[in-house]
Amino acid sequence: MSSVLDSTVAPPAAATAAPPRSRSYWGGVARQLRRDPVTLLSALVLLLIAGSALLAPWLVADPFQASMLRRLQPIGSPGHLLGTDELGRDMLARLVHGGRLSLLMGVLPVVLAFVAGTSLGLFAGYIGGRTNMLVMRTLDVFYAFPSVLLAVAIAGAMGPGMSNSLIALTLVFVPQVVRVAESVTTQVRKLDYLEAARLSGAGALSIVRVHVLGNVLGPVFVYTTGLVSVSMVLASGLSFLGLGVKPPQPEWGLMLNTLRSAIYINPWIAALPGMMIFVTSVAFNLLADGVRSAMDLRR
Amino acid sequence: MTTTTAQIAVTADRGGPAQPLLLVRELRKHFALGGGRFGAGRRVVQAVDGVSFAVDKGETLGIVGESGCGKSTTARLITRLIEPDSGEVVFDGDGVGQYGGMALRDFRRNLQMVFQDSFASLNPRLTVLESIAYGPQVHGATKADALARSRALMARVGLEPATMGSRYPHELSGGQRQRVNIARALAFEPRLLILDEAVAALDKSVQAQVLNLLQELKAERGLTYLFISHDLNVVHYLADRVMVMYLGQVVEIAPVQALYRRPRHPYSAALLSAVPSMDPARRSEQPPLAGDPPEAAGVTAGCRFRDRCAHAFEACGVAPPLREAGHGHWVACHLENVIPSAGAARAGEVPDT
Repeated sequence: MSSVLDSTVAPPAAATAAPPRSRSYWGGVARQLRRDPVTLLSALVLLLIAGSALLAPWLVADPFQASMLRRLQPIGSPGHLLGTDELGRDMLARLVHGGRLSLLMGVLPVVLAFVAGTSLGLFAGYIGGRTNMLVMRTLDVFYAFPSVLLAVAIAGAMGPGMSNSLIALTLVFVPQVVRVAESVTTQVRKLDYLEAARLSGAGALSIVRVHVLGNVLGPVFVYTTGLVSVSMVLASGLSFLGLGVKPPQPEWGLMLNTLRSAIYINPWIAALPGMMIFVTSVAFNLLADGVRSAMDLRR
Repeated sequence: MTTTTAQIAVTADRGGPAQPLLLVRELRKHFALGGGRFGAGRRVVQAVDGVSFAVDKGETLGIVGESGCGKSTTARLITRLIEPDSGEVVFDGDGVGQYGGMALRDFRRNLQMVFQDSFASLNPRLTVLESIAYGPQVHGATKADALARSRALMARVGLEPATMGSRYPHELSGGQRQRVNIARALAFEPRLLILDEAVAALDKSVQAQVLNLLQELKAERGLTYLFISHDLNVVHYLADRVMVMYLGQVVEIAPVQALYRRPRHPYSAALLSAVPSMDPARRSEQPPLAGDPPEAAGVTAGCRFRDRCAHAFEACGVAPPLREAGHGHWVACHLENVIPSAGAARAGEVPDT
């Protein structure tokens, strides 16, 4: 961005003497990420899972096709690469289709919480004083409960169903994001460059946009990336308890629940949805770690 | 009185050379300490208590005093980064924020500040060029104009715009960053620059370079400086007049030579004798002053320095007013060596040189 401006405004002599190399912030982050094989691998795994979930109808068989004659077939049986479940439905099809809901339940609450939490945290942190205290102490009420218990309580109170569990998960994450956004904003607000910005006569909106947002978004973004895996596990837990997705919809948590009776007959089949949850959340965590270190300016 | 084009209104020298650029009257700020809940037994720090002074056009007023004496708070009260409890600031004849006076926004454009921490005073996510260009953009310059001005200023403060302009603050040295901060402040084309310990964090050789740069810029642009420092040598080099503060109050204001040659206030004398002498024969092992400054929360009536003062006597139970003891030399002390000048010894009167 700045390099474009350089070339348009600088006198041509200066521009040719020292060609400005691309030094944009995001360019640097991308360069850093490209040198990190673990992060690249986890991004690849996530892309594969998300891509196959998106293209599921064209990739695999019908996940609802039940067959009482072919129940709990082992892995590698003809026609069913990953076997069948307790109703004879193809496991591969259900796992790939299940990724749609599971990923949605993992990502959407976090995105919603990111938007709501950052706004509220910025507001509370920038205003400071009593407003800040009021917002933060109110949110502290949510902290009195463990997040699993809170999610179960909210989802239970609102009744089972996917949208209700989405709302429940969002509500669980908002206070955490607010707390991070608020503490970073409060730190930034005390720095001299914010005093200098206030001295410039700029309005609060301009100051927040130019000087606060850029310095707050990074840490908050990294924190919320880490929440995706938590959200997936919590969503699976809700489904497992019967508070999330309803059968016969394929969803990893729900599949784990219904297959648990099969654990003595065919344990590998029963473990498959758990494996998916595990791999996806580990991949999200590693990706979050990689992004965190790549986004650190003073590397 | 105010013209339609803000450009003319804010930059024109209207009062003439005799009019002080900045007049500060009875500035006061008390901070409530925590402790007592719900206002019960709450203690109050009188951080700045009735500070008055004037800064003439084109001069450098040094403000000295030990840590916590209210130097920096005074600067922040003048700029309204902290809202004062009471007091008045007049800029070139216009009361700031008063009816018929100058709007705070216009005032802030005329006055800029350079802070001690060169790193914390730059946004880590903006390049040097962008940081300097932000101010002009706030005041309506186009991005291209602002960047062009930013380049010119970088060159002026001794930084190569082509190579340094696209760097981030963490890629610069302390001295370079402070040059950027000076350029950032100058981008507003201010008339008054407040330098709050601006060179204190730099090592001696860099400090000298930056001080010389400040002197050049002042001569070139007709700037007026308010130079806050605890380093008496630096103040001696840069300042025309010096104001000594103790626990939120002004104890002495004098031309720099007069003060360094013959300080009138016992506190100023102690402060000056604490400067290590270049001559080993004149060095003293004796601390000039015993004890720590009393907690600002606990100060009561009377001279605030009396508990540490070697010359304290009964009269010190009453707070001494600031009065003229010599030509342009003002001091707040009851001692005899203060020559009272008839008629001018009114409390809080703003001294002029």
